[in-house]
Amino acid sequence: MNNIICACGHENPEGTVLCGNCGRPLTKEAKNQKLADMRYEGTARRSQTYNKSIIDKIWNFFSSVKIGITIIVAILVAAAIGTILPQVLYVPATTEADIAAYYERVYGTFGKIYYELGLSDLYGSWWFQTLIGMLGISLIVASLDRFIPLYKSLKKQRTKRHESFMKRQRLYAQGENILGENSLAKSEEKLKELRYKVTREDGALLAEKGRFARWGPYVNHVGLIIFLFGVMLRALPGFYVDETMWIREGETRAIPEAPGFYLESKEFILETYDKATEDEVFGEAIDRVGTIASNYQTDVVLYKKPEEALPGQTDDLKEVKKESIQVNHPLKFEGYSVFQMDFRLDELKTMHFKLSNKASGETLGDLAIDLVNPETSYDVGKGSKVELLGYYPDFSGFENGEPQTKSPVPNNPAFLVKMFTPETPEGETSFVAIKQTVEPLGDNEFKLEFQNVDTRDVSGLTIRKDKTLWILALGGLLFMIGVAQGSYFNHRRIWIHESTEGHLVVAAHTNKNWFGVKKELDQVTEAAQLPPYIDQHDTEGQELKEDGEKSS
Amino acid sequence: MTLVSISSNLLFVAFVCYLIATMFFGGAVKVSGSKTSASERRWGRIGIIVTIVGFIANLAYFITRWIAAGHAPVSNLFEFTTAFGMMVVGAFILIYFIYKTPLLGLFALPIAIIIIGFASMFPRDINPLIPALKSYWLTVHVTTAALGEAILAISAVAGLIYLLKNVDITKKTKQRFWLEAVMFTLVLVLGFVASTTTFSVMDYEAKFNYVDKEQKEKEIIYNTPPIFGMNEFEALTPGTMTPLAEMPSIVNAKKLTTVTWSLLFGTVLYVLLRLITRKSISALLKPFAQKANSQLMDEIGYRAVSIGFPVFTLGALIFAMIWAHEAWSRFWGWDPKEVWALITWLFYAAFLHLRLSRGWHGEKSAWLAVIGFIIIMFNLIAVNLIIAGLHSYA
Repeated sequence: MNNIICACGHENPEGTVLCGNCGRPLTKEAKNQKLADMRYEGTARRSQTYNKSIIDKIWNFFSSVKIGITIIVAILVAAAIGTILPQVLYVPATTEADIAAYYERVYGTFGKIYYELGLSDLYGSWWFQTLIGMLGISLIVASLDRFIPLYKSLKKQRTKRHESFMKRQRLYAQGENILGENSLAKSEEKLKELRYKVTREDGALLAEKGRFARWGPYVNHVGLIIFLFGVMLRALPGFYVDETMWIREGETRAIPEAPGFYLESKEFILETYDKATEDEVFGEAIDRVGTIASNYQTDVVLYKKPEEALPGQTDDLKEVKKESIQVNHPLKFEGYSVFQMDFRLDELKTMHFKLSNKASGETLGDLAIDLVNPETSYDVGKGSKVELLGYYPDFSGFENGEPQTKSPVPNNPAFLVKMFTPETPEGETSFVAIKQTVEPLGDNEFKLEFQNVDTRDVSGLTIRKDKTLWILALGGLLFMIGVAQGSYFNHRRIWIHESTEGHLVVAAHTNKNWFGVKKELDQVTEAAQLPPYIDQHDTEGQELKEDGEKSS
Repeated sequence: MTLVSISSNLLFVAFVCYLIATMFFGGAVKVSGSKTSASERRWGRIGIIVTIVGFIANLAYFITRWIAAGHAPVSNLFEFTTAFGMMVVGAFILIYFIYKTPLLGLFALPIAIIIIGFASMFPRDINPLIPALKSYWLTVHVTTAALGEAILAISAVAGLIYLLKNVDITKKTKQRFWLEAVMFTLVLVLGFVASTTTFSVMDYEAKFNYVDKEQKEKEIIYNTPPIFGMNEFEALTPGTMTPLAEMPSIVNAKKLTTVTWSLLFGTVLYVLLRLITRKSISALLKPFAQKANSQLMDEIGYRAVSIGFPVFTLGALIFAMIWAHEAWSRFWGWDPKEVWALITWLFYAAFLHLRLSRGWHGEKSAWLAVIGFIIIMFNLIAVNLIIAGLHSYA
C-alpha cells in the first residue's frame, strides 16, 4: 500500500483527499478547489482507490451512487408502467388463456401487446425482482464503502486543523482578535450554552454537535436491507401462508395450512346504510350513490382438535373461541389471521320436491335433498322411495346424452333419479332440474315436482400466517429512526484558531441546514466578538447581506 | 344552522382569508425595495396573521365536519384534497416561522387556494364509511400521508420561485418552455374549476344509456355538455347536445369530456391573460420572484424535502402497510395507489441522493422539486380518477 505522507507528518492511506490529521488537501484536485469536499471528510474510500481485480470492479459498480440512482429510477419507471393496465391479480380471470383473452377483449391490441410483453405481471417478473435485488446489493456496498472510513475519520479527528483546511470551509472568517486571550474562552462559554461539545488544544478550539446525525443514512440503509431480506424470506416454505377458503353457514371446515384447527360459520351478515335509521348527514350521499355497504361479517367458532385425536377424526373438537370476523377485524390465533374477504349470498342449500302421480295429481310424499351431501336413496313414505343415480350441482347441458356439470358449486342443481312406488315397483327414470324434466326412457306415471329451496350465505375467508412480519417491522422501524436521525438533526462543527499573527480564524461546517449553523455562529460571533464570517457559497447573499435580505 | 353548514361556511372563511393574505404577502414583496423596510415587515406580519386566522377557520371546518360525520373527513376526493390544501398552508406557516419569507406565502397560498378550489368541484356530501375504511388507521394513515405530501409541496413552491428568478426568459430555451408549461398547467386547473362551476350554475344534466367494457348496459349522467359519447350511447334527456364523437368502451367519455372542457376553458383563460398583459405568466411573476435570495430558496426547498420525506414515508408507506395488512390481509398488493406512493418515495429518494452525492443544487434541485409535486398531484388526481383500483373512493 502506498501511504501518503502529509506535510504535517501524518501517514494517510492511499486515496485520501484531506489529511486525516490536519486537513490539508492531499490531491492535486483538492488543492485546486476553492471549497473542500467535506462529504466523507476526504477519507480514502475503497471504491475510489482500487480498480484492478474483478471484485474491485463489482464493488466499485455497486458502491457508485450514480448506479444506485439509476437503479432507483429504473424501478420507478418500471413500477409506473405496471399501473397502465390492471395487473393479472386484479383481472377477473384465472386460467392463462382466459387472462390473455381478457386483455385482448377489453383493451384491444394494446392490451394484447401489454400481456404478451409480460407487463401484466410486471412486479412478479424476473427482471423486476433482479432490479430490487440489485438495489439491495447497492445499498449494502455503497453504505460499507462510505460508513467505515467516515466513522474512523470522525472518531480520531483532531482539534487543530491546517490553515488551508479552514480556508476551504464554506463558512469562513479571518480577522482581528478583539478580545485577545479571552476570545476562545468566551466562544467556549457561548458554544457550551448552545450545547456544543468543545475541545481545546493550544490556541485551537473545536466545537461539535449532533455527530450521530451522520449515521442516519447508514441506519436507514440497514433498515431497508433488513426489510428486503424479510421480503426475500417469504419465498421460503414455512414462513408464509396465504390460503383462501369458502365456508357456508352452518358448515365446519378444516382451516387450510393450519393443522388441527377448524372453523364453523354460524352466520354471514351483510349490512347496508339505511337513510331512515342512519344519521341524516349521510342522506345525500346515499341518494347519490345508492346502496352503501356498512358491514361484512362472518360469525365463527374456532375449534382445535385434541392432540391425541386420530387424523380425520372430527367429532370431539374443542372450542377455542367465538368471534365475529369483520373487514378490518381479522380473527387471530397462534400466528394465523383469518380475514373477511368475500361472500356469496343465497347459495342453494336444500331442494324440496314432491313425488306425485301425473294423472291424478295425488301426492305420495315429500323429500328434501341436501345439495352438498346428497344421499343415495330417499324414503318418501307409503312404500315409495327415490334413488339418486346422478347429481350435477352446476348443470350446464347434455353432451353425447350425458348431463354435464360446470363446477361442484350448486348453482344449478340437476338430478338423475329413479322413482319407486307400489304401482311401479321396477322404477321409473327421470332427469330433474329446476325448470326442466326429461324422461329419457319413455313416459312416466310419476313425477318429482320441484317445490322450493333453502339458501344460505357463503363467506370467502383468507388465511394468512407471516413469520417475516417482525423482520419487516424491524426494518421499517430502523429506516424511520435512521431517516429521522439524518433529516431532523445536523452535524455541526465550528473551528476557531488563534493564528500566529494574532488574528482569529473561524470556520464552520454542517452536513445540512446551513441556515441553522449560521444562526448559531452569529450568536458566537456576537458573544466573543469574532471576525464576521462569509458564506463562500452564497455569492448573491453576500451582495445582499448589507441590504438586510438575510432575515434574522 | 346545522353543523354541516357551519362547517362549509368555515371552509369558505378560510378560503377568503387565504386570498386576502396572498394580497398582503404580495404587498410585502412589492414594497420591499433593496432594504428590509418596516413596511415590508408590517405587510408580511399582517399577511401571516390573516393566514393563521384562515388556517384556524380551516381547522375548525375539519373538526366540525369530523364531529358531524363521526369519522375524520378524509374519506373522499373532496375531503382528502381539501385536507391536503389545509396542510399545505400548515406546512407553509411552519416554514414561514423558520425562514420568515413573505415571498414564499405569495406563491404557497395561491397553490393552496387552487387545491381547495379544485377539491370543491367534487361531490361535497358526507359519505358513510364502507367496511374497508372503518378503522382508526383511516385517520392515522391518511392525515400523515397528506401532511408529508404538503411539506414536500412547499419544496416545489420554493423551487418554482427559484426557477422564476433564475431561468432566463428573454431567450428561447427549454427551461423557459417548461416553466411556462408548469404555469399553463396551473391555469388548466383554474379552467377545470371555471368550466365545472359554469355548468353546475346552469344545472346542466344529460342522461345516457351505454354499454360498458363488460358488455353490460348502464346509465350515466353528464354534468357538462357531452363532447364525447360513451360506447354505443343513447341519449335519454331530450333537448341536450348530441355528442360529437363516440368513444370505445375502455375510454370513459364523461371524464374525457370534463378534461376537454377544462382544456378549453383553461386555454381561453390563458390566451386572454396573455392578450391583456402581453406577457407570459412567467414574465408576469418574475418581478416578484426577483426579490428572492436564490440560496435561501434552495435551502428552503431542500429543508422541506428533508422534513417531509420521513413524514411521507411514515404515513404513505409504513402506516399504509400496517393498515393494508389489517384490512386487505396483505401489507403490499401492487394496487396503483400503492405503486404511485412508492414511485413518489423513490423519486424523493433519488432527489436526496442526487443532491447529497452528485451535488445537484440550485436549478437542477428546483426542477426536481417541481417534478416531485407533479408526481404527487398525479397520484392524487389521475390515479383516483383514471386508473381504477382499491383506492378509488370518490
